[in-house]
Amino acid sequence: MKKLHFKEKLYKGIFTILAFASLFFLVGIVLVLIKEGLPIFKEVSFLKFIFGRYWYPTYNPAEFGILPLILASVWVTLGAMIICVPLGVGSALYLNELAGPAQKAILKPVIELLASIPSVVFGFFGMVILTPFLQKVFHLPTGLTALNASIILGVMAIPTVCSIAEDALNYVPNAFREASFAVGATRWQTLTRVVIPAAGSGISTAIILGMSRAVGETMTVLMVAGGAAVIPHTFLEPVRPMTAAIAAEMGEAPMGGNHYHALFAIALILFVITFLFNVIAEIISRRFRIKLGLSG
Amino acid sequence: MDNNVKMQAKNVDFFYGKNQALNNVSLDIYANKVTAMIGPSGCGKSTFIRLFNRMNELVPHTILHGKIFLDDLEINSPLVDAVDIRRRVGMVFQKPNPFPKSIFENISYGLKVNGIKDKAFIEQKVEDSLKKAVIWDEVKCRLNDSALKLSGGQQQRLCIARCLAVETEVILFDEPCASLDPISTAKIEELILELKKDYSIVIVTHNMQQAARVSDYTGFFLLGELVEFGKTQDIFTSPKEKRTEDYITGRYG
Repeated sequence: MKKLHFKEKLYKGIFTILAFASLFFLVGIVLVLIKEGLPIFKEVSFLKFIFGRYWYPTYNPAEFGILPLILASVWVTLGAMIICVPLGVGSALYLNELAGPAQKAILKPVIELLASIPSVVFGFFGMVILTPFLQKVFHLPTGLTALNASIILGVMAIPTVCSIAEDALNYVPNAFREASFAVGATRWQTLTRVVIPAAGSGISTAIILGMSRAVGETMTVLMVAGGAAVIPHTFLEPVRPMTAAIAAEMGEAPMGGNHYHALFAIALILFVITFLFNVIAEIISRRFRIKLGLSG
Repeated sequence: MDNNVKMQAKNVDFFYGKNQALNNVSLDIYANKVTAMIGPSGCGKSTFIRLFNRMNELVPHTILHGKIFLDDLEINSPLVDAVDIRRRVGMVFQKPNPFPKSIFENISYGLKVNGIKDKAFIEQKVEDSLKKAVIWDEVKCRLNDSALKLSGGQQQRLCIARCLAVETEVILFDEPCASLDPISTAKIEELILELKKDYSIVIVTHNMQQAARVSDYTGFFLLGELVEFGKTQDIFTSPKEKRTEDYITGRYG
């Protein structure tokens, strides 16, 4: 009897530790980012770091302005959204509202499969297929551009946007659709005036999480964005998003040096951005569940 | 067709996939009368009334044999649009299902999807419909509040008002009081009796007292079959079929 009691306690303890492990990792990562990132601000002011127009970390004297990197991330992410929002939300609408069981049975696994392709493969595809294509079409010196990265990232974010948007549409009770049909609304009216407004905040959540996915993606942008740390003026120039800068330069930055700390500071800012995206998405989706009368 | 017959089902068979839900049902719905459908759960009565506004089409893999008429129009004819039928045959559901919109928008929705844009007309119509559904006094000061804030009984009267705004000719009630308390139920029943002046009404109910109270005609369903149909008084006092009598006296169901 006593032995059993001990076992119960042991299991409870083990699972508690396992459950809290992710919290522990999160706090650990944030602490390391702060510890390794903050020292750069002894060299450069925070504002100069964020708004500095020149990123020459290995020059003498070095320049640590990450505005070109931030803008590159913004451009590439927004470009990706232009592609993945219509495709992701559109496929979710099709899957949930229009597709028959047969189409659904084929399409859903295919879209989910898109998420299982490793990002390096997407990058490879961008380099080998898209790069020469863009170069030819736009007569560019190089096809490795913001546009290239946007297209590939957009395709990569489709499964995220689609599956979350589809969940949101799924949450819209069928009773709303029936009520709409019963007063003589057409399928299109029901979709645009009842279903989409009811799922609206859920769809916004999907878009924000898709953005979060695109901002944080590294391997692909490293391979296809072109890597030039200059402020972009068009989508047809090479750019160097924040993630690509960290990945490309971390290996060469001497540990404990300014460059090293600067890269950690970039990572910290990136973390804050994606963290904010996720918090906003969570707040919106909670309001969504309350609005539909589901438990908050 | 008899002048007093508003809707008519002729030899209707209905299948969900391979399961037969209705078996050779023929029945007339009389104009400006209340027709009740009673029977135990799963007997097909809800399935049956959902045929009158072609609501079952939204369920995949269903098959319908037989004909259904609205006046002289065969509603399932390929030339007829389901949308046009639903504009003439409204429905109130078992669970109140207001849209997650304001009270005003819930009522105006049906008008707007039917192409009405005149603001003054819509406002007047919303007021009239809410008055007819006897909920105006309770909501007139908060037409812009979310309809989901109303109580269950109020929500159901709002759904009735939504149906009235479209000016249908027939209203189908699918167990409208199933989730309501006795006082809300009494209000809805009173309302149904009032509405039959202008509408032909079909009501599905589990509650036999309710059928006896509100209806002029009653049909008793069992296992997808219409066992007996007639004047409510006759069905409840002198049923012809043994099975009807057993159900009414509470021997099963």
